Amino acid sequence: MKIFKLSRNDTILMLGFAIAILLMPIWLQPIGAAYPDLLQKFAIFGLFAIGFNILFGLTGYLSFGHAVFLGIGSYTTVWTFKLLSMNVVPAVIFGTLLAGLFAVVIGYVSLRRTGIYFSILTLAFAQMSYNLAYSVLTPITNGETGLRVLRDDPRVLDGLFGVVQEGSPVGNFFGINMQGYPGFYFCAVVLIIGFFISLRIFRSPFGLKLTAIKSNQNRMRYTGFNTRPYLLWAFVISGMYAGMAGSLMAVTDPLAGAERMQWTASGEVVLMTILGGVGTLIGPMLGALLIKYFENIFSAFNESALHDMFSFLPSLLENLMVTVVHPFVGDGWHLTLGTLFMVIVIFLPGGLVEGVTRLFKRRKSDGVSAKNPGPES
Amino acid sequence: MDAILLQILNGLDKGGAYALIALGLTLVFGTLGVVNFAHGALFMLGAFCAVTFQKIMTFSKQVKDESITFFDAYKEIPYLEIWFGETGTMLIDWVVPLSILLAIPVMLLIGLIMERGLIQYFYKRSHAEQILVTFGLAIVIQEIIKSFFGANPIPTPAPEIVAGSANIGALFGLSDSVVYPYWRLIYLAFAFVVIGAVFAFLQFTTFGMVVRAGMADRETVSLLGINVERRFTIVFGIAAVVAGLAGVMYTPILPPDYHIGMDFLVLSFVVVVVGGMGSLAGAVAAGFLLGILQSFASMNEIKAIFPGIDQIIIYLVAVVILLTRPRGLLGRKGVMED
Amino acid sequence: MSIKVSQPNGWTRRSVLKTGLGTAAMAGAPMFFVRNAHAFTNDPSNGSSVILGFNVPQTGAYADEGADELRAYQLAVKHLNGEGDGGMMNTMKPSSLKGNGILGKKVEYVTGDTQTKSDAARASAKRMIEKDGAIMITGGSSSGVAVAVQSLCQEAGVVFMAGLTHSNDTTGKDKRKYGFRHFFNAYMSGAALGPVLEKEFGNDRQAYHLTADYTWGWTQEESIKNTTEGLGWKTNAAVRTPLGAGDFSQYITPVLNSGADVLILNHYGKDMINSLTQSVQFGLRDKQVNDKDFKIVVPLFSRLMAQGAGENIKGIFGTTNWNWSLTDEGSQAFVKSFGAEYGFPPSQAAHTCYVQTLLYANAIEVAGTFNPCGVIEALEGFKFDGMGNGATEYRAEDHQCFKDVLVVRGNENPSSQFDLLEVVQQVPRSQVEYDAAIFGGELGACA
Repeated sequence: MKIFKLSRNDTILMLGFAIAILLMPIWLQPIGAAYPDLLQKFAIFGLFAIGFNILFGLTGYLSFGHAVFLGIGSYTTVWTFKLLSMNVVPAVIFGTLLAGLFAVVIGYVSLRRTGIYFSILTLAFAQMSYNLAYSVLTPITNGETGLRVLRDDPRVLDGLFGVVQEGSPVGNFFGINMQGYPGFYFCAVVLIIGFFISLRIFRSPFGLKLTAIKSNQNRMRYTGFNTRPYLLWAFVISGMYAGMAGSLMAVTDPLAGAERMQWTASGEVVLMTILGGVGTLIGPMLGALLIKYFENIFSAFNESALHDMFSFLPSLLENLMVTVVHPFVGDGWHLTLGTLFMVIVIFLPGGLVEGVTRLFKRRKSDGVSAKNPGPES
Repeated sequence: MDAILLQILNGLDKGGAYALIALGLTLVFGTLGVVNFAHGALFMLGAFCAVTFQKIMTFSKQVKDESITFFDAYKEIPYLEIWFGETGTMLIDWVVPLSILLAIPVMLLIGLIMERGLIQYFYKRSHAEQILVTFGLAIVIQEIIKSFFGANPIPTPAPEIVAGSANIGALFGLSDSVVYPYWRLIYLAFAFVVIGAVFAFLQFTTFGMVVRAGMADRETVSLLGINVERRFTIVFGIAAVVAGLAGVMYTPILPPDYHIGMDFLVLSFVVVVVGGMGSLAGAVAAGFLLGILQSFASMNEIKAIFPGIDQIIIYLVAVVILLTRPRGLLGRKGVMED
Repeated sequence: MSIKVSQPNGWTRRSVLKTGLGTAAMAGAPMFFVRNAHAFTNDPSNGSSVILGFNVPQTGAYADEGADELRAYQLAVKHLNGEGDGGMMNTMKPSSLKGNGILGKKVEYVTGDTQTKSDAARASAKRMIEKDGAIMITGGSSSGVAVAVQSLCQEAGVVFMAGLTHSNDTTGKDKRKYGFRHFFNAYMSGAALGPVLEKEFGNDRQAYHLTADYTWGWTQEESIKNTTEGLGWKTNAAVRTPLGAGDFSQYITPVLNSGADVLILNHYGKDMINSLTQSVQFGLRDKQVNDKDFKIVVPLFSRLMAQGAGENIKGIFGTTNWNWSLTDEGSQAFVKSFGAEYGFPPSQAAHTCYVQTLLYANAIEVAGTFNPCGVIEALEGFKFDGMGNGATEYRAEDHQCFKDVLVVRGNENPSSQFDLLEVVQQVPRSQVEYDAAIFGGELGACA
């Protein structure tokens, strides 16, 4: 059973991933996360984190400025919408390519240094981009208000093919509107392709070389192996993933804002990756799911919603539960997030993936020990 | 000329704050090898020591406010004023400098608890994990402070007598417009004193000697039978105190809110890296350098040539320095490069 | 072969592929995109309740304002449902509100965190629309967020009642058919301040602007500049400062020997607190220049921010949308009911949010339908009184409320901890009105 040159296990993983993603609207229903906007965010940030993991997970280079590519992808996409066409295909292609181009430049400079010096260099580039996009570059980025698609933009290609724009323009895939569920499925398909590419990279000789750089770059260098081009490739690929994720953000919602490039946004993808499990295939996706779920669902619980939630309890207990839970939801969702980081890093350094594996192993070994009681007992 | 003098003062003043924060950060890194993203939170906690002390000092009797008729409103008259009259008012006026007395033991305690309770388990972990756990801690501390004090900045004025500005111009025979707030001059002096004290402590005490030796070669010092670990715990406490004092004294310049630490965090990391990870002198030098450059970049004359330069100058300098001097201004080889 | 993707009833947002290029066009039409003449987004007609979406900053620098806005919303919901003392429902004229919910349906609400970021605010608003079934979105504390959410609501076919947003753009070049703003704007601040500045400071002044370097700052700088230059003042310099600079000393020292005698701080939030505090520390409030007393002006004031600046606001001029110390019937009723509930007076943000909720509910009662097109029609040109700012009109051309604007001064002798702003003048509405055409923009249509 070999599809796309994958081993049997990988094929199962790939199929499982694809099915899980495509069926998200169903299995996320019970926890209240199955609505188009959040599903789109899951797919988009999943893609972002998977791409980030190719750099951080494989090479160990911690970029603190990856959000800059997200922003460039978004801005390019919106500009393509404005100038060429509302069709998303050229928009995503241009967004990804331009992000890749910036990644070549920023990567070339930043990769001259390692460790935290590399992190600070990427951070510096991202912060400069953010600050300028918010202020001086307003003619290009529309600053605080964000770059939007307007009805009277030129859209040369659309004009050429006689596509008429009525009302506020929305991205489309050859006529299919990219909002709501179609938008999600578009993102989901891109995510699945992205995951497949990431899987192939992990299993390729290229991926192996990157892992070797992570474990001991000096040794690699002493053997006469030039690590720089490989690192740059990893950086550019992961920058293009980020650019593509940024493009998808603009595809599903044609607006690009500067705060997408702020260092906190770069930090977010680091957190997603580590929470899920650095260097694992599936971990970043899990981390993205978890953080976006928290941001959108936990922050929405207010006191009356809590009372509804615990209304099955006797009133004294209900009030007690509301009092206990209240500081952690609504305006306190940051507190939950912070606590969660700490708990996971302290007890599960490998992230959620490690947690699941451990659980799985323990159950297995429990089963084994039950069948073969040790000599002591 | 006057403008340049003033910008140098501004730069030194900013630099003083950067240097104080970066000093603690690099001290912790140099000794414990920990990248502490919660260091900004320590600065913030220091500032909130002043706020808390202010709250305690102005603990008030609630008197029904008759001027508000729409609902039951209460005026607050501090007990200190009721009990001690003028002396009480004066004590309240001096609350920021006085809160240093509170901040030193409190911050030392917080530092020790943080190190023993959390940081010590992360010595052997990767830097990424250290960053994540301390970042999580910073968020938690921040949110706790927010739930007590709200998100709005809280005014913590300097004592009346130093609230105005000094006419430096008249002092040195320059124009009259060269004035500078007393409190900022005090802050600058304070920064020098604290930096000097930390250096003197490390240079001239046996304790400091061991710490410096430990920074240079931890294993050898341990092999000599010296308990480096215990000393490093105390170093962490000292770093917390330095950050906290920087925070306390900064409150009259910047009314503190729960987010003030995060605002300084990224900046102080840039300062530390520019100075060279683990180099104390480098952190101080980079702090002042970046402060002054930032001040000059904000001048209208310079902004006219490079629009928006004041927005990016710090990062631009960081990039240039890291590319030309790989380990920062005064960094040692091999630190944090893996 | 030509495929028409738009729907026959005039819903025109989709592009129409007139060439034969188009392949099979699947009409992706989940939830809120299904619309025809009778159905509209989240129609509550068949349910027992109607859901409003309160989208306010709960984390970040404006969390306190967001909390106050949320308090006001909760109070408004109470009053609409006939609980509590009714607040401004008793003073609003004309009013069709009955205190039995909206059109007899109980009012419920969902909340969300904008984080003062456009992306987060839009995500939160989308959640309310797509998941929770909100029929109206309201809130916000920054113009960027308001503009972003407003255009989202336009696309989704949901009414947006803006909270605190002061930029001219919100009802100017970025105005939308579905968006309404009760709060005043930078232009009105300028127009209201002008005569007071003339009276207090004379006609021979030199102004120095420090402006937050983003769109809101620029529009305010422009509006104030136009006003002061109209008075005969000179503009000495207009310097842009990075958002969230913290320490503004390097921007303040050049003011000292610039020859300017008025400093105008186009800052808001933390930036305003910091720049004002530091300007006072540099002795600007006590300075003499050109034989005149140096003056500082903060065009947009808010009481919550005045609290952060402490003593430094004493004697500083600015404008505000509303202040709790007003003695008209409506303001008193609102302050009383808010104070009784929470123990302190409401902020201007709370006031505008409360009023917006009541106005929206009233418009539904007037229209007799939840259909946003009917509601919008009822709101457009709606004239009302008894809501704290005197006679007010929701102008149909740009959905901007026109009402009296308050020019305030930091109180020299506050009688209580809330008594921070002293109303210098209630500038009549006629003085701050302008032609809707000057800011351009297009409302668009109601689908």
